[in-house]
Amino acid sequence: MSLMAEVNARAQALGVPLSVHLDLTYRCNERCEHCYLEHDDKGEMSTAEIFDIFDQLADAGVFFLILSGGEPLLRRDFFTILERARALLFNVKLKTNAVMIREAEAQRIREMGVEQVQISVYSHRSEVHDGITKLPGSLKKTLRAIAFLKSQGLKVTIANVLMRPNLLDSPGVQRLAAEMGVGYTLDPTITPMMNGDTSLLSLRAPREILRQVFRDSSLVGNVEEFCAPPAAADDDALDATPCSAGHTACYISPYGDVYPCVQFPLPSGNVRRQKFIDIWRDSPELKDVRSITARDLPTCSSCTHVASCTRCPGLAYMEGNVRGPSTADCEKSFVRTGIPSANMLAKASAAARRTAIPGLVQIRMATT
Amino acid sequence: MNAKYIARSSAIAARRLGDEMIVMSALDSTLFTLNEVATAIWQAADGRTPLADIVRRTVCREFDVTPELAYRDAEALVDDLAGHGILLVSEEPIPSGLVQERR
Repeated sequence: MSLMAEVNARAQALGVPLSVHLDLTYRCNERCEHCYLEHDDKGEMSTAEIFDIFDQLADAGVFFLILSGGEPLLRRDFFTILERARALLFNVKLKTNAVMIREAEAQRIREMGVEQVQISVYSHRSEVHDGITKLPGSLKKTLRAIAFLKSQGLKVTIANVLMRPNLLDSPGVQRLAAEMGVGYTLDPTITPMMNGDTSLLSLRAPREILRQVFRDSSLVGNVEEFCAPPAAADDDALDATPCSAGHTACYISPYGDVYPCVQFPLPSGNVRRQKFIDIWRDSPELKDVRSITARDLPTCSSCTHVASCTRCPGLAYMEGNVRGPSTADCEKSFVRTGIPSANMLAKASAAARRTAIPGLVQIRMATT
Repeated sequence: MNAKYIARSSAIAARRLGDEMIVMSALDSTLFTLNEVATAIWQAADGRTPLADIVRRTVCREFDVTPELAYRDAEALVDDLAGHGILLVSEEPIPSGLVQERR
């Protein structure tokens, strides 16, 4: 077990929220096609409120603090907030589109001891990237910022979301990252909007593209291992909890709402009305999330993929059942291994029954 | 033997987790967990107190160990953490502006 895994296990055993993702604002200077947020400001927390939450998070044992948005640098008090976070010794990871980062900002970010900066780049071609962000010149500004951050010695990762408008561009972005000497991640996850609108799901990459991605060793490592048929589930797999959401991690919105994860918008409390630690320890919603093991999942517990599936409980929740399957992850398991999930088989069987019914009673008519 | 002064670097993240301290340097993203003794040394690293005094006052008093053995182990720990930018080490007292505030 790696030291990081040991620390996570220890935090889970102690009930410590090791990692918190805080969106400082939902406002943004880009309007990305796949974005799940509504950008109008509905009453963001003030600087004082955020300082108070930072104190509470530090007291609760939070170590990793992800600051994101919207675009976090749109807040005029961004550097004041960042300075406070670092003074409290959080490990800060910043997620940004970097459009507003020039040399001076890059220097301040480095001086404040930010551990990592993750920057969204959707294509190496301006017409595609700017087409997705709806901000002319955004790729140029973002790449310029990456160069500034890199020259400060900061650890930078390019995050590339795979979707229909940029299906063919991930190798180009990967090359760009290598040329700039920064990290690269490719994420094929497109989520519904926070308000439940699922229209964005039409942007999800089709199966044949996912298949290519999952067979690219520069992205997945050992392809044979990654795409191997699933191992049989033992008791350990069935007793496992799905991910860190609600266990050692949670999300706080700019309005103080607490969710298990940014991708799991189950309202669990609000730090404007309650102490963070009370929400973390006593929220019925978080307690319910923590109680769920693979064994409790009606469909997934009998699925051949249960031991290796990346099932996201947040996506399952957004599909209507926190204990149900996450269709996007069923698809990934299928594309990886060629073996359909229990959910896919059940759906196919139901569809076959529906199409079979009209065949039983047929009315034939002939005209003479 | 020259005096050795140690100070917590301002480029680190740290938090207590149970009876350990987890520490990560922003410089190389290496994660450390410090046990009780190492945590005591890290917390006492104010840049003004010589390491020998920290060992004598903090480690020997609290953990019932001889000064020689404690100092040898403490030096190894300090060198390791300094190599990852978690502690600053100097033969002179370290100005307070470079020392990370304790929490």
